Amino acid sequence: MSQIETFYDVMRRQGITRRSFMKYCSLTAAALGLSPAMVPKIAHAMETKPRTPVIWVHGLECTCCSESFIRSAHPLAKDVVLSMISLDYDDTLMAAAGTAAEAAFEETIEKYKGNYILAVEGNPPLNEDGMFCITGGKPFVEKLRHAAKDAKAIISWGACASYGCVQAAKPNPTQATPVHKVIKDKPIIKVPGCPPIAEVMTGVITYMLTFDRMPELDRQGRPAMFYSQRIHDKCYRRPHFDAGQFVEAWDDENARKGYCLYKMGCKGPTTYNACSTVRWNEGVSFPIQSGHGCIGCSEDGFWDQGSFYDRVTDLTQFGVEANADKVGLAAAGVVGAGVAAHAAVSALKAAQKKTQSSKEEV
Amino acid sequence: MSDRVSDGQQIHSANPGVQPLPTSKLTGDATEQDLESIRKRTSVYVYEAPVRLWHWTNALAIFILCITGWFIGNPFPSMQIGEATHQFIFGYTRFAHFAAGWVLTVGFIGRIYWAFFGNHHSKQLFYIPIFNKHWWAELLFEIRWYLFMESEPKKYVGHNPLAQLAMFMFMTVGLTFMIITGLALYAEGLGADSTLHAMFGWVLTLGGNSQIIHSVHHLGMWFIVIFMIIHIYVAIREDIMSRQSIVSTMISGHRTFKDDRAD
Repeated sequence: MSQIETFYDVMRRQGITRRSFMKYCSLTAAALGLSPAMVPKIAHAMETKPRTPVIWVHGLECTCCSESFIRSAHPLAKDVVLSMISLDYDDTLMAAAGTAAEAAFEETIEKYKGNYILAVEGNPPLNEDGMFCITGGKPFVEKLRHAAKDAKAIISWGACASYGCVQAAKPNPTQATPVHKVIKDKPIIKVPGCPPIAEVMTGVITYMLTFDRMPELDRQGRPAMFYSQRIHDKCYRRPHFDAGQFVEAWDDENARKGYCLYKMGCKGPTTYNACSTVRWNEGVSFPIQSGHGCIGCSEDGFWDQGSFYDRVTDLTQFGVEANADKVGLAAAGVVGAGVAAHAAVSALKAAQKKTQSSKEEV
Repeated sequence: MSDRVSDGQQIHSANPGVQPLPTSKLTGDATEQDLESIRKRTSVYVYEAPVRLWHWTNALAIFILCITGWFIGNPFPSMQIGEATHQFIFGYTRFAHFAAGWVLTVGFIGRIYWAFFGNHHSKQLFYIPIFNKHWWAELLFEIRWYLFMESEPKKYVGHNPLAQLAMFMFMTVGLTFMIITGLALYAEGLGADSTLHAMFGWVLTLGGNSQIIHSVHHLGMWFIVIFMIIHIYVAIREDIMSRQSIVSTMISGHRTFKDDRAD
């Protein structure tokens, strides 16, 4: 293991000064919600520990996770982490291609057996023996299983790897399957989002590289530090929600005033992510700030929740476009009509019986 | 005194020489048949005070929950009373929903408690006697009565089999479903580190995404609304057409019968 460089060595080799390195450590501590006392510990760990190798593989995906990652607003983190990753294997970002790339892949697995982190972007389609996604001449699912076999832990990047995303939306013809349903014997951390926030991605990977363990995970296996609260809980438009002030149409006065987008189908109340605190593109904005409701992209099955613009979402089980209210109102209408008809017949029957009995008496 | 009873002429001797039944006439138009019916009429104490109290608080809670629940899913038009800081309309709507939800939940737990400590009839809500052949036969009879195929219903002290089945499906199953999904959604608001989230958070991911829990909770409301329509109609209809009291029973607790014939 002595031939493996430390994080600090890698950073210095990348031309990063000691001063910048210390800044990076304190920024990382802040991003992960750790106390200032942790800064020297992070620095010490990075100076002394051999870095953890990362293999980054791509299945059925659109590369938006990588696009987000390389745009991390935390430039130092991006440079450092990205440099460290590209040293090993990432078929999209690495310089090598073709046979050379595949050789590097095998070499990394062989060299760091049981020690590397496998980062998966996208997911494997299982239908037709996995033929819907071929990388390096083989179905991606085989590559995933091969790489996962000797991995220490797996990071599922984005909604694809975590939940399936658009390619797994109904009817899912390729049977695109999230990573945790294919690999069952390794610890898996899910970092959902389409894409996940860049700072969340670098934050998670830095935590794992620095502390050599998984961050605290929630019930669904997501890092609790970024996914324990809803967009709604930290939304700056929340006071308008509580006041009952909503945007009623995209071009109305309320939209200009920046009222709550709940009635426009915002999925903030059911979406767990850090968008309303960390925001995007160096903290410039996030969808709600730009006037569009949250579409819930970091939630399981968000493509199958009907329109992005309905508050009460469509129930696809009913075939036609119907939501809970339409179904309920129709059912209540049928029952109400039934009750009225039954009451009418009851009255008629009672009247008939009365007439008969009075005749019998006569 | 004792010799008066033994000679069988009078049942009591409070006012010797006065006949008790004719003097019990309360109104001038009481007929001989009315007096005869007073003699035959019987009543049974069915619904004890906690059951009646639960029924009416539960009804009120459901009414509030349906109205506020509808507006939570479909908020009323935006109002401009003041700045958002001074306005809390949607907040109060949700508060009313959560408060009524807790009343319903605590009431339901209390009702379950009473099933153990109350009378025989207080248990009827929580089970279906599926192994009782007689029950099934009477269930079919009751269905025929509602399809106008029987000229006269049977008399029941508690629920008839069809009512028992409906109560079990709508109240025991329906309310349990609404309480569990409701508490899960409430826990979502309290946060992932709350006790309630630890207890009911597992519900949120059953469908993958908690939006689905919102949808089924919404459908559950319509299920309860349908119950309300049927329940109120049937209670009034049976009060008029059956051989026993229905509506007043849930007020006084006493079931009275309109005849003394056997089934």
